[in-house]
Amino acid sequence: MKKLLAILLAALLVLSLAACGSKTETDPSATQSEQSSEVANTTIRLSTTTSVNDSGLLPYLLPVFEKATGYKVEVQSAGTGAAIQKAIDGNADLILVHAKASEEEFIDGGYGVERLPFMYNYFVIVGPKDDPAGIADCEDAAAAFAKIRESESKFISRGDESGTHKAELKIWGEDAPDASKDAWYISAGQGMGACLTMASEQQAYCLTDKATFLSMEKDLNLGLLLEKGDDMKNTYSLIAVNPEKIDGLNVDGAKALIDWMLSDEASELIAKYGQEEYGVSLFYLLEK
Amino acid sequence: MDAFRQAIHLLITLDPELLQILGVTMRMSFFSTTISCLIGLPLGTLLGTHSFRGKAFLKKLLHTLMGLPPVVAGLLVYALFTHYGPFGTLNLLFTVRVMVIAQCLLITPVVTGLCASYMEQSATGILETARGMGLPSSRVLLLCLSESRTSLLSVVLNAFGRSIAEVGAVSIVGGNIQWKTRVMTTAIMLETNKGNFSFALALGFILLLLAFLVNVAASLIVKEVRYA
Repeated sequence: MKKLLAILLAALLVLSLAACGSKTETDPSATQSEQSSEVANTTIRLSTTTSVNDSGLLPYLLPVFEKATGYKVEVQSAGTGAAIQKAIDGNADLILVHAKASEEEFIDGGYGVERLPFMYNYFVIVGPKDDPAGIADCEDAAAAFAKIRESESKFISRGDESGTHKAELKIWGEDAPDASKDAWYISAGQGMGACLTMASEQQAYCLTDKATFLSMEKDLNLGLLLEKGDDMKNTYSLIAVNPEKIDGLNVDGAKALIDWMLSDEASELIAKYGQEEYGVSLFYLLEK
Repeated sequence: MDAFRQAIHLLITLDPELLQILGVTMRMSFFSTTISCLIGLPLGTLLGTHSFRGKAFLKKLLHTLMGLPPVVAGLLVYALFTHYGPFGTLNLLFTVRVMVIAQCLLITPVVTGLCASYMEQSATGILETARGMGLPSSRVLLLCLSESRTSLLSVVLNAFGRSIAEVGAVSIVGGNIQWKTRVMTTAIMLETNKGNFSFALALGFILLLLAFLVNVAASLIVKEVRYA
């Protein structure tokens, strides 16, 4: 009867192989376009953070680039930690992220060519409109965080290794609150939008990028309490993945996209973004 | 309700992005279900109608795989198809095809297991008839499958339901790329993360409607086959 088992296993193997084969054959309409574009290498894989994609900046910018150049940009957005990891795994041509220390690590590891900081905005602290911890008059985020800690007001942390999470940890400094001990400090492990919703439900404080907050403000019961402290600047950089370390990259495509993002045309579009909808710019350009 | 209104609005206006996402969702679920059933149904029938040494162990293994968490399946497939993984040269990561592969890994054990337990319970009669008729074993397998098609339909629909509702694996290997690998569940996840709860719920209603239509269609087809 061992024979039967062996036959069964063999059948499973053969069938699964056949299945893989049939997939490649039976699904041509699905993937032909993907394949042909890969052959011509007009596809650029951009791994980026949620704040630039979900805030609408990339969906606003990229069609202009795609129309002008004929490239097609495939955007994957995740927290900065995951966004960088995808590039290290060889699954992206360039990254657009906002966590300086991680970016430098990425470059020191040989994965990135050059860090090109090109735009910035400010993190803001949002919280209950009556501001129980009284942070609205604080000089910077560190002072505000100290007050939140002192009053043990609820605080929602991203807790997901994202750029925002790393910026938050940097502001806390060496003695960051410990979610296992400090009951008021909640490590959500979710995206910015989900954290803001949670903060609104629980009337907690939260560090967020301004773009995401403004795009959700009407659905949230939260106030914008503190912005533009010196320690709240949030710089975004472009880094092309290093072709000497990772093979199979679309080097020309990555370069074309970076050149365009740093061009005057893109700068103008970025500076204007948000004006129409919110009456303020959401991203500012770094002096060149 | 706001979500309801939005769902209807999206459907009436034939929102192009929604149609594209629905297309990807259907394509993915169709292939996942078909391939899983092509492997799982014959295998489950064999397992349910034969006894052999090691069967108990095989069933335990199968039941373990039936509980494989989707994110784990997604991570495994990601590790296989990442650029420097064993199948990296195929360039399949972040495509619909690799989403189908990840889903097959999840669904095939479910189909096999459900089919095997059904056959164990109700195939004895069919088997006896077949043996009485002196059919060769390959024909017996086919007879078992065709005689139980109504019950197996629920297995197939169960597989389809898993496929269409699954989010953990497809978001990891598919990357939720707009206009390419975004499916209904990952779109719902994205909108939820953005805080657009009512829009996310609207998408959820549409997904339910889609599942309902597929179920109706499937039961009609089986009826046709039965009375043809």
